[in-house]
Amino acid sequence: MKHMLDLPSYLEQDDEVRDRFTRLKQRPVILEVKGLDKEFETPKGKVKALKDINFRTHKREFVCVIGPSGCGKSTLIRILAGLETPSSGQMLLDGKEVHGPGPDRGMVFQGYTLFPWLTVRKNVMFGLQMSGHTREVSEQEALQWIDLVGLSKFADSYPHQLSGGMKQRVAIARALANQPRILLMDEPFGALDAQTRAKMQSYLMEIWKNIDITVLFITHDLDEAIYLADRILVLKAHPGEVQELIEVPVPQPRSPDQLLSPEFLATKKRLEELIHPADEGDDISEDHLNMVRMVPVDDEVESVF
Amino acid sequence: MSTQSTMQWFAVRKELRPRSRFFVTVMSFLMPLLLWSLISYVPWLWHPKVDITDPGAVTYFKEGMLVDRELFEKESLVQKEKGEALPQGNPANPIYLPAPHEVAIAFYKAFTTEPKRRTEKWLHESLWDSIQVIFWGFVLSSLIGVPLGILAGTYDFFSRLFEPFIEFFRYLPAPAFGALAVAILGIHEAPKIAIIFIGTFFQQVLVVSNTTRKLDPALLEAAQTLGAKNKSLLFRVVIPGILPDLYRDMRILLGWAWTYMIVAELIGTSSGITWFITQQARYKNFDNVFAAIMIIGIIGLTTDLILAYFGRRLFPWQKQASKA
Repeated sequence: MKHMLDLPSYLEQDDEVRDRFTRLKQRPVILEVKGLDKEFETPKGKVKALKDINFRTHKREFVCVIGPSGCGKSTLIRILAGLETPSSGQMLLDGKEVHGPGPDRGMVFQGYTLFPWLTVRKNVMFGLQMSGHTREVSEQEALQWIDLVGLSKFADSYPHQLSGGMKQRVAIARALANQPRILLMDEPFGALDAQTRAKMQSYLMEIWKNIDITVLFITHDLDEAIYLADRILVLKAHPGEVQELIEVPVPQPRSPDQLLSPEFLATKKRLEELIHPADEGDDISEDHLNMVRMVPVDDEVESVF
Repeated sequence: MSTQSTMQWFAVRKELRPRSRFFVTVMSFLMPLLLWSLISYVPWLWHPKVDITDPGAVTYFKEGMLVDRELFEKESLVQKEKGEALPQGNPANPIYLPAPHEVAIAFYKAFTTEPKRRTEKWLHESLWDSIQVIFWGFVLSSLIGVPLGILAGTYDFFSRLFEPFIEFFRYLPAPAFGALAVAILGIHEAPKIAIIFIGTFFQQVLVVSNTTRKLDPALLEAAQTLGAKNKSLLFRVVIPGILPDLYRDMRILLGWAWTYMIVAELIGTSSGITWFITQQARYKNFDNVFAAIMIIGIIGLTTDLILAYFGRRLFPWQKQASKA
């Protein structure tokens, strides 16, 4: 390669960034996870999916959870949402233990889970009606949220008439309408194409900036994680453990031109080291196939290079 | 056929052009009709009997009688040797295979002819009786079967409580309960409705519970994260979610209930269209029998097509599948 970039350490932070993190860590703690374990029974015996997960999330923070496949990211977020129970450990929301799912922890899933028999309007009204609001109040609130995510024109459309990005916007509005303490997002943009994904990321940042919401966002995309997050929780696989909690040195507010800034690249380098270490020693990760040269030497195009 | 036209007609998993489709659909009905017509109208195809027009000197032959061809030829030979008048006749099919035009006439006459005796019913009255029996049997079965099915599909508790026994009971043939039904419920409409019920109910619970189970569990999880609990999950998510598939299941189940009609109507006193069929068979009016059977088929198919049409309109959120 022509130029090897001389990158700073990802631990180096500008004064502004350091100040911000100091302030961030002084904010009240919304979510505290203590000693979380999760074991599954499989035909091959007990499998430990998560081992001793500990972390704290502060108010209005944006945390990304990242890790190789099989590290238990989805299991973790499902436990936080209350859809699974941990084998041991505690989960405290605003200092109180929580069990079972509820509107205080909103969730946006990867596959679109809008109710297909309800219009956009009715979908967003769902949570509000569940918590006992009248139809009029629910409808008013819902329409406000639909407007905030820019889908007013589609309030009476059915989910199957919407594109992927629009469906996720409705899903986000639906979850936020309940004013949850924390918004859990399980790879919500994974099924979208690159352009839509970029748009959705900026929409999400807009939402996050303007309302009182703490976000826990799972992704496997390193760029996405660094772009969106204040801090990144990096998990290891087999069993799922916390490897590191990285404070992203890229200054806020974020913008797309920071993708090539030294801080961004330094962080990305660190994430690569953690997630794809150089020498795995695994039989699974082989670098080469068994290909042999199959193009005759006297061919018109003898070599692709 | 060239390979290109073969591909047009037989491309795997590709729809035919609309015209071709229409043509083949029409042929689906036309071909059996053609076969029937051939056998009825072409004298040297089958026609194992002879319709006597002139008995000749044979004593026991009468005009309009149907005799086996071998018998006819044997008697002709006998008369020939005796030098007496030969019997005359046209080749004919057995009485149980009327020609298409005879059935068509019977179709028309069945609705317009008065019944032979004053206490007997008109065809459309018999038909209405049959439809009512099916209707009540199906409605009764659904009123109990659908809720049970939904409960069994939603809660494992109810599944283990209802389904094992129902799986067993399903294999008991409904007609076997005929005598029992009459003993308990009398000889009029009730045992017939009971047979339709027994024939439909057990399948219904199993089919509905299966459909309910197929609901995407992610929808239930999403609802839970929005604050839905217990009863709300059942009434606000499960039931609306399965409605289109439930409607389709009910259409199919109605079709099955329809096929139990004849069997049910033979229980107790004969009534409805089955009575009409057995009566006409006794009078050897097989053209009427054919006509009645076809009426049943036509009503069944028409009902299904109407329900299918409404099904597509009732559920606007369904992505349009090509044909129900």
